[in-house]
Amino acid sequence: MANIMIRRGAEGYVFYMPKRDIEDQITSMEFDTPEKWGGEIKLKNGGCYFIDPQPAPARLPYSVRASRIDGVE
Amino acid sequence: MSALTREETQALIQEVLEVYPEKAKKDRAKHLMVNDKALESSKKCITSNRKSLPGVMTMRGCAYAGSKGVVWGPIKDMISISHGPIGCGQYARGGRRNYYVGTTGVDTFCEMNFTSDFQEKDIVFGGDKKLTKLMEEIEMLFPLNKGISVQSECPIGLIGDDIEAVSKKVAAQINKPVVPVRCEGFRGVSQSLGHHIANDSVRDWIISNRDGQAFEKTPYDVAILGDYNIGGDAWSSRILLEEMGLRVVAQWSGDGTLAEMENTPNVKLNLLHCYRSMNYISRHMEEKYGIPWLEYNFFGPTKIAESLRAIAAFFDDKIKEGAERVIEKYTAPMNEIIAKYKPRLQGKKVMLYVGGLRPRHVVGAYEDLGMVVVGTGYEFAHNDDYDRTMKDMGDATLIYDDATGHELDEFVKAMKPDLIGSGIKEKYVFHKMGYPFRQMHSWDYSGPYHGYDGFAVFAKDMDLTLNNPVWKMLKAPWLKEEATAELKAA
Ligand code: SF4
Repeated sequence: MANIMIRRGAEGYVFYMPKRDIEDQITSMEFDTPEKWGGEIKLKNGGCYFIDPQPAPARLPYSVRASRIDGVE
Repeated sequence: MSALTREETQALIQEVLEVYPEKAKKDRAKHLMVNDKALESSKKCITSNRKSLPGVMTMRGCAYAGSKGVVWGPIKDMISISHGPIGCGQYARGGRRNYYVGTTGVDTFCEMNFTSDFQEKDIVFGGDKKLTKLMEEIEMLFPLNKGISVQSECPIGLIGDDIEAVSKKVAAQINKPVVPVRCEGFRGVSQSLGHHIANDSVRDWIISNRDGQAFEKTPYDVAILGDYNIGGDAWSSRILLEEMGLRVVAQWSGDGTLAEMENTPNVKLNLLHCYRSMNYISRHMEEKYGIPWLEYNFFGPTKIAESLRAIAAFFDDKIKEGAERVIEKYTAPMNEIIAKYKPRLQGKKVMLYVGGLRPRHVVGAYEDLGMVVVGTGYEFAHNDDYDRTMKDMGDATLIYDDATGHELDEFVKAMKPDLIGSGIKEKYVFHKMGYPFRQMHSWDYSGPYHGYDGFAVFAKDMDLTLNNPVWKMLKAPWLKEEATAELKAA
């Protein structure tokens, strides 16, 4: 588990992990509705993380805990 | 455009790697690449922010240098204590020429070295008492200081001193912010972690100090982040922003004050020049206060105009007109400068090896002068820096991460650039090899280089260095005679 921050960039969501200074475009997010948001997220660099599905945050950027499923660190 | 083709550059990398033992070769190969503009992400072709290999010369600094030397040091009305032995602080004091206005020793303190000067007995018995005493002395001798930061050097972490407790106690006593910073040099792989730690301590101890207090806002408030006012850089940037109608509330941290930092959460937009050293705090302010941030580039007229327009896009028509007016005003003088220097510099090749933002940011300024950057690299960048770099560089440009002394030497010998821009540790090596060199960390005692006024200085400096007649006289007289003798014999 690690803290990540999700913000909105020019082309959709951007993933940022402060601990390791990884910044990348999010290419897909499993759930993206106001009621259910999160799940598996895929990054452009091939990484894949999981956020507990939850109601969408009222405001971005938003810090949340995520676990790594697979991918380059 | 590049001096070498993709294949040639690739071959050069292979050749340079040849001397390493197998394991080192494998490791270093990951840090060198040939740029390919088509690539979207740097992840697969270059590795960065890894521990340097033991046994090779590298140009990196330590976390303490990143925190004290870069981020905290330039805040002029705070006193940064180099907590630990005296040497670290002596070399990190005003060395980056962060200019500021004020009377040193009275209300500003950047150029002074405050240290707890650890001795054996402090290592054995701990230095907390000494730190308390030191801060009380500071308060007595320099009552106009606005706050204190404690920058830990290596031993503090090793002996486990509790600087947080001391800081809290003294803060209550003197009624000023006292910030403990855990930036011991052994943390992380380079000064980069020091920037991060410094940002985090600003976040924890400074940024929310004035939350809820009254502040007279205007719709045009901005803050300059990540400009350390080297040779006056922040000043030559600030006047452009003010000219287009914005109000600069804070400068971080060159010529900056504690009050400015505390007021930053009130701004409309954070302008980020050095992404590497201050993106952390920008992200924090974006999340906590909803302040957007924008990376800009004030090197060379092309990039300045681009940046001014991008900044103006966040505001109303008044600012947009202001931006156009500023660009318009400076176009003629800039063209004059380019007309003067471009013929003297056209087509010259430059190699860069710097830190922070410069390996990509200054490229535009060189291009404005008709020069080509054939190789670039960072001492302590991360992958997000390389993502940004690859877009700015020409195809087939050589890119090196945490380059070693050997690699730099060989690259220079093979690529024969007309100018090298790097740090003080490289300067004299390349001078001896007969290459024109500019120290691009603190502008070689010159500057400013940011903004329109800075570009005029930049162009002149590059010309003075590159076209200096001294480079033709470097050959030793006896070698020269031999050459002529040979000629005669022939
Ligand atoms: S590595 Fe440690 S001892 Fe060396 S300069 Fe940095 S803080 Fe000082």
